[in-house]
Amino acid sequence: MTRKRARLRRIAIGGAAWAVALWVFFPILWMVLTGFKTEPDAISTPPHLIFHPTLSSYREVFARETYWHFALNSVAISVLASIAAILLSIPAAYAMAFLPGRRTRGTLLWMLSTRMLPPVGVLVPIYLLARGMGLLDSRTGLVVIYTLTNLPIMVWMLYTFFREVPIPILEAGRMDGATRWQEITQVLLPLALPGIASTGLLSMILCWNEAFWSLNLTSSAAAPLPTFIASFSSPEGLFFAKLSAASTLAVAPILVFGWLSQKQLVRGLTFGAVK
Amino acid sequence: MDQAAGRIPVAAAPVGRPSRARRTGGALLLSPAVILLLVWSLVPLAMTLWYSVRRYNLVDPTQVGFAGLGNYWYLLTDPDFLTALLNTAILVGGVLVITVGLGTLLAVLFDQSFPGRGIARVLVISPFFVMPTVSALLWKNLMLHPIYGVYSAMMRAVGLTPVDWLSRYPLATLVMIVSWEWLPFAILILLTAIQSLDAEQKEAARMDGAGPLAQFRYIILPHLSRAITVVIMIETIFLLAVFAEISVTTAGGPGVASTNLAFLIYSRALLQFDVGGASAGGVVAIVIANIVAAFLLRAVARNLEA
Amino acid sequence: MATVELRDIRKTYSDEEIIKGVSLTIHDREFVVFVGPSGCGKSTLLRMIAGLEEITAGELLIDGVRANEKGPAERGLAMVFQSYALYPHMNVYRNMEFSLRLAGMPEAERRQRIADVARILQLEPYLDHKPGQLSGGQRQRVAIGRAIVRNPKVFLFDEPLSNLDAALRGQMRVELATLHRRLGATTIYVTHDQVEAMTMADRIVVLRRGVVEQIGTPLDLYHRPRNLFVAQFMGSPAMNVLPAHIVSVTDRTATVTTGPLTVTVPVHAGSLQPGAAVTLGVRPEHIGLDMAGAPQGLVEISERLGAATLLHVRLSDGRQIVVQTGGDNMNAPDSAVGVTPDPAHCHLFDADGVALDHLAAHPLQVGS
Ligand SMILES: Nc1ncnc2c1ncn2[C@@H]1O[C@H](COP(=O)(O)OP(=O)(O)OP(=O)(O)O)[C@@H](O)[C@H]1O
Ligand SMILES: [Mg+2]
Repeated sequence: MTRKRARLRRIAIGGAAWAVALWVFFPILWMVLTGFKTEPDAISTPPHLIFHPTLSSYREVFARETYWHFALNSVAISVLASIAAILLSIPAAYAMAFLPGRRTRGTLLWMLSTRMLPPVGVLVPIYLLARGMGLLDSRTGLVVIYTLTNLPIMVWMLYTFFREVPIPILEAGRMDGATRWQEITQVLLPLALPGIASTGLLSMILCWNEAFWSLNLTSSAAAPLPTFIASFSSPEGLFFAKLSAASTLAVAPILVFGWLSQKQLVRGLTFGAVK
Repeated sequence: MDQAAGRIPVAAAPVGRPSRARRTGGALLLSPAVILLLVWSLVPLAMTLWYSVRRYNLVDPTQVGFAGLGNYWYLLTDPDFLTALLNTAILVGGVLVITVGLGTLLAVLFDQSFPGRGIARVLVISPFFVMPTVSALLWKNLMLHPIYGVYSAMMRAVGLTPVDWLSRYPLATLVMIVSWEWLPFAILILLTAIQSLDAEQKEAARMDGAGPLAQFRYIILPHLSRAITVVIMIETIFLLAVFAEISVTTAGGPGVASTNLAFLIYSRALLQFDVGGASAGGVVAIVIANIVAAFLLRAVARNLEA
Repeated sequence: MATVELRDIRKTYSDEEIIKGVSLTIHDREFVVFVGPSGCGKSTLLRMIAGLEEITAGELLIDGVRANEKGPAERGLAMVFQSYALYPHMNVYRNMEFSLRLAGMPEAERRQRIADVARILQLEPYLDHKPGQLSGGQRQRVAIGRAIVRNPKVFLFDEPLSNLDAALRGQMRVELATLHRRLGATTIYVTHDQVEAMTMADRIVVLRRGVVEQIGTPLDLYHRPRNLFVAQFMGSPAMNVLPAHIVSVTDRTATVTTGPLTVTVPVHAGSLQPGAAVTLGVRPEHIGLDMAGAPQGLVEISERLGAATLLHVRLSDGRQIVVQTGGDNMNAPDSAVGVTPDPAHCHLFDADGVALDHLAAHPLQVGS
């Protein structure tokens, strides 16, 4: 009797949860499906659930829309900005975690506070500075901005990872004759590698999806995928299949990254306030 | 004597303040990041403040000189600005209510065990990783297009007349789209928080005869309160800056019906080239965000102690 | 060939003095143990010697050369940490190799050294295991091996055995002692386990709140504790201490009473007069049972350890003492017993807890 009720409860919960999950995921699923349709199929009313999958839209995205140009921009900008941010944040996080001083805490919080500055608040000066330095529509401009906007989160995340490294291990390294450089590169970094990797991953995700600076500072030469997709907001966006194919391509890699790094994301995005 | 066996190694017990020489080395390691962030946060801020009291239009060279508080006065008395402020509040408030309310319930739901939970969970958090421009177009065209959209087809299927959501109810639709993007975030964070709840505590409550509702009310919600606070504050920071979704779907329109503060500043600066006015708006945005940030930093700082 | 000399070493953490002037000379090949209650500054002192902690004041000399300003690696010391602090991402071989590699030792020589050490420590089968795959005892041995390969002048140990279970601890204790005999390296060993201190040390340094209470051989400390703190800290089960009054003094004895007991202890009473309050200390193993005379107390609990039996006796004045008797002692709870402390092994402490000069021949010098 109660066992039966428990089973019913489980089924009800499972059913509800799956319904929610599918409903939330449906737009993404639909986008992926539409990408495999022909244009007429894509806008047929009522929508066709059964259709003949085709790669024609993908072909067109690759051929006509110079998708690779934008994808390459996205990859280059995200990777460079992530590497730069990590290279800057490793020494900073090391200093905070292992050489704390009276001002460490304040410095850390101040760094986080710079992340909370609304980008639109500094749109005007950044735009004018970029224009003055010839960095409008340049990858360098975006790399610099992404590095700086993500730096506080990177430092914070690495700091929390470093704090989990047992200090005696680093001291053992020092007793063994390691210099500061060797201590960091041969003892700390290999130990903290998983943390560093997920920090880099979070940075990649944030860079890849960033859509304020990319929309405002790039138009074509340096435009990453968010800008490219935004160009579909013109009537061209009514080519549903092509829009879907391009969007799927833009979203897919980062979606996989995101799935892989859920846990670290929580930590990074909440500044460690939720564990 | 056996107390020694029971002692566990203290993993990262702080072992004393480092010596002065090592601290100096620490400052050196810290300086690149600190200097860059200092420049990054102070220079644009100073420039925004400076421009906000200047007469400065990119395409009108006759506008020069000191404006005093003129830009602010002009902005604050501009009905568009008030609309934008109101829209910002509605957007932030609406999305917060939806994502936090629904997110809490769904976090509890996804904390239960059911077949395929792992996959369902991955599906439900996916929208968070979709770039804003894609989300916006996905909803604008594939879902909500008055003729070809899936939702319109569904409405027709049940005998309703499809609605052009983005022009009839632009702000509400934006609230919905942005909620779709941020609901996964709330679920993700709150689910993590729920799972950190001591299982024994829940069991103890069950032993005390608490039903599911009582458990939720007296055990889970109090435990979640901190996480909820964090979600609210972080979302607020990002929601105050919502831009791409508006730019791609409604471009702030019709009129200024879906213009928020971020979009207003953008259009002042890069469509009307009014640097002074946009900067004044930027200062307002910074002030608002700082109020939220102050609360968030307090929560983070408290966590640093623990 | 290594001596360590501490000259009035001090450590201050933000205004609070943790180590309050420690002076000590450690001879070549000596095994010196720092003991003391938790928080007394043992680790701090050791870490200052290691170079991991700055020396606030005083001078540290290694082999007669001032070492305050030298970095940890330049001091020629090796340290074994309580948590072992093995490099988790390196296998056993690499763990031991790390310092040699940093020192630029040629590959062949490194290989040879590690092979030797691995043989001594029976680590040969585990050389390519990662620390995570080893048991606590094995990790401990790797940590020791990592210290040995460097051929350091001085070994430093900070509670190396405290994470092991009791049986393994006993075994490692013997291994460490054997190793020390074999290598003959100067060793400084921190523990708060006085059994480790007693069994392994050439000399013990008892610390309390950053101050050296006494330095001496284990049996020195056991038989001639300089004060009440050392008396109670060393020895297990702990020494019985009873408040007492002096009844009479001669120039070679002092007679005291406490409750039903009266003892004449061979000490130099100094300026103490009859009536003065003192503390009588006597170890459980130095109290005999007297079943013939008038009973002076009741057995409350008897703890049978097999080899010995500990009787917790409630004296007629209400104070409790512990008496160690043979393992075959059959006194059940509630049986009435008489107790007779051995006067030659009794200690008297004045009101400040300082021991009165003992005049009985030192137990260790009787034979020689
Ligand atoms: N960084 C620090 N700042 C302030 N006080 C400290 C610091 N490190 C240690 N202390 C204090 O110094 C004293 C000695 O600490 P230490 O670790 O040397 O004790 P210990 O004798 O090794 O104790 P245990 O047996 O618990 O290991 C303690 O009171 C401790 O609180
Ligand atoms: Mg210690």
